[in-house]
Amino acid sequence: MTNAIIDLTHLVKKFGKQTVLKDINLQVMSGEIVGLIGPSGAGKSTVIKTALGMELADGGSATVFGKVMPNRQLLARIGYMAQTDALYETLSGRENLKFYAQMKGIHKSEISDSISHVADVVNLADDLDKRVSGYSGGMMRRLSLAIALLGNPELLILDEPTVGIDPALRRQIWKELNAIRDEERSILITTHVMDEAELCDKVALLLGGKVIAFDEPVVLKMQYKVDSIEEVFLKAEGEFK
Amino acid sequence: MRTIAIMNRVIKELLRDKRTLALMFLAPILILWLMSVIFTANSTTNVNVGTVAISSSVSTNLNQVKHVNVKHYQSTKTARKALKDDKIDAIIHKSGNDYTITHANTDSSKTSAVKMAFRSALVAANVKTMKTQLGAAKATINKLQKMLPVQAQQKLRAQSQGQVSASKQSASPKITNHYVYGDSSTGFFDKMLPILMGFFVFFFVFLISGMALLKERTSGTLSRLLATPVKRSEIVFGYMASYGILAVFQTILIVVATIWLLGVEVVGSVFNIIIINLILALVALAFGILLSTFANSEFQMMQFIPLVVIPQVFFSGIIPMDSMASWIKDISYVIPIKYSGDAVTGIMMQGKNLTSFGLDIGVLLIFLVVLTILNVVGLKRYRKV
Repeated sequence: MTNAIIDLTHLVKKFGKQTVLKDINLQVMSGEIVGLIGPSGAGKSTVIKTALGMELADGGSATVFGKVMPNRQLLARIGYMAQTDALYETLSGRENLKFYAQMKGIHKSEISDSISHVADVVNLADDLDKRVSGYSGGMMRRLSLAIALLGNPELLILDEPTVGIDPALRRQIWKELNAIRDEERSILITTHVMDEAELCDKVALLLGGKVIAFDEPVVLKMQYKVDSIEEVFLKAEGEFK
Repeated sequence: MRTIAIMNRVIKELLRDKRTLALMFLAPILILWLMSVIFTANSTTNVNVGTVAISSSVSTNLNQVKHVNVKHYQSTKTARKALKDDKIDAIIHKSGNDYTITHANTDSSKTSAVKMAFRSALVAANVKTMKTQLGAAKATINKLQKMLPVQAQQKLRAQSQGQVSASKQSASPKITNHYVYGDSSTGFFDKMLPILMGFFVFFFVFLISGMALLKERTSGTLSRLLATPVKRSEIVFGYMASYGILAVFQTILIVVATIWLLGVEVVGSVFNIIIINLILALVALAFGILLSTFANSEFQMMQFIPLVVIPQVFFSGIIPMDSMASWIKDISYVIPIKYSGDAVTGIMMQGKNLTSFGLDIGVLLIFLVVLTILNVVGLKRYRKV
């Protein structure tokens, strides 16, 4: 437990009278890809927002890098990609990257290297100087991912990163995510694509405000006696009801 | 410096939005030009007056008044018909020694013009009668004088000559008008201009900055921005810096346009006007950012215009405050444009210095500081640190 990058224990989050998260226990170790799956409205984004310190926990604790969130300084070490693309459409891809790099506090001399590196990863190097308003949906998603990768953060929090990205590129992105994992960096990823969940080191199943299962995909499949994570998901959801 | 990076980004976005830029820079000039044309071109109203049973001297005098046409009617009935048919604007009817004026009163400026014209015509007629009476009196006096002994005659003549020369001097006083500001063509528009200038700066900065921050929120860039270690204050200051620069250029353009295009006289320093408008722009910006947090769409942002922007005009001083009830006057103390309007009016028309508007500037700065703090705290809604 000592090297848990994200550590959520008995996390409770309420919005008004509605309790969205009842009891969340989730750890992300260094060098680990953790997939967060669950039906829409289960609270996946709320888990992420609490981990980032955008929301305050109503109960339990949320620590990142061993420090209690919210903590502004820690955000420099986290790469975040939201569900919405969150790009400035009148600016070019390069200008978007440069702006977020400055916001992250990446040193001036490293900015252009960092930009060309992340642009290569998401295969956008040729289109960097076009305005984002002329990008396709998939290109915007890739640029958004590139922004999260800027500055080699120790922790990546990705909310549905591969929506609208074609299979070949998705494979390339997962190759990069695995490379990041191999550098002992950590990734928390939410996804709807179940075969992507198979690629994670661990999968957390979020249902009714609780993490009802959290283990390696192989173990989960054995536990539920099924062949794929998709069936685990369906079976768990069925049992829950 | 993140503040500068945010400033650069906001300016870059604005520069690429050509339509918004055109709105900010060309629309004020177009509106000012239109207003100057409307408010200065035709300030006189022509009135048609119908008269019934009016002495010829009065009606001649009335006819001599500028922009007044007189028509005679035989009876009240025909005159009333003409009034009903909109051929004349008023009927003047004399019965006995009294005058009755019936106004159409569809246009208040015409009503007051008729009143004025009639009064002056009546005075002129009275003066004329008095003159003839005076002449008759003089003749009588002369007759009487001739009957007096020669010595007394000479004495009296000397006295009356002195009197005549004295009365000649007082008979027709020459009126010369001096204008502290502008000239005889200085009108309503010149009074409005300093306030209008502030209004344009306020309106456009309020609307565009509010929209810009709203867009940051709805597009998700704000939460993404807040997922970086940027300080909340750095975001607010970045916006302030960029819109401050924009407001400086907008003010320069408006001032230059009003001086060169509309020929308005600026007595004081243009630099001082820019300073005041810059502070006002920052207040508008802070106001726009604050209110944008209460709007969920661009349309809801537009809904603040009748609620927030239009009342500013009413209390800004364009409409004279003296005639208003005191509790209404109190409202004007929370209207930022009132302070900038007072200061810019003083600078433009009286050539006063910035130092004489310490109070106005102080109040504007208080607005600015309070709103800025509210904004920095308000961003906590989106990130808890």
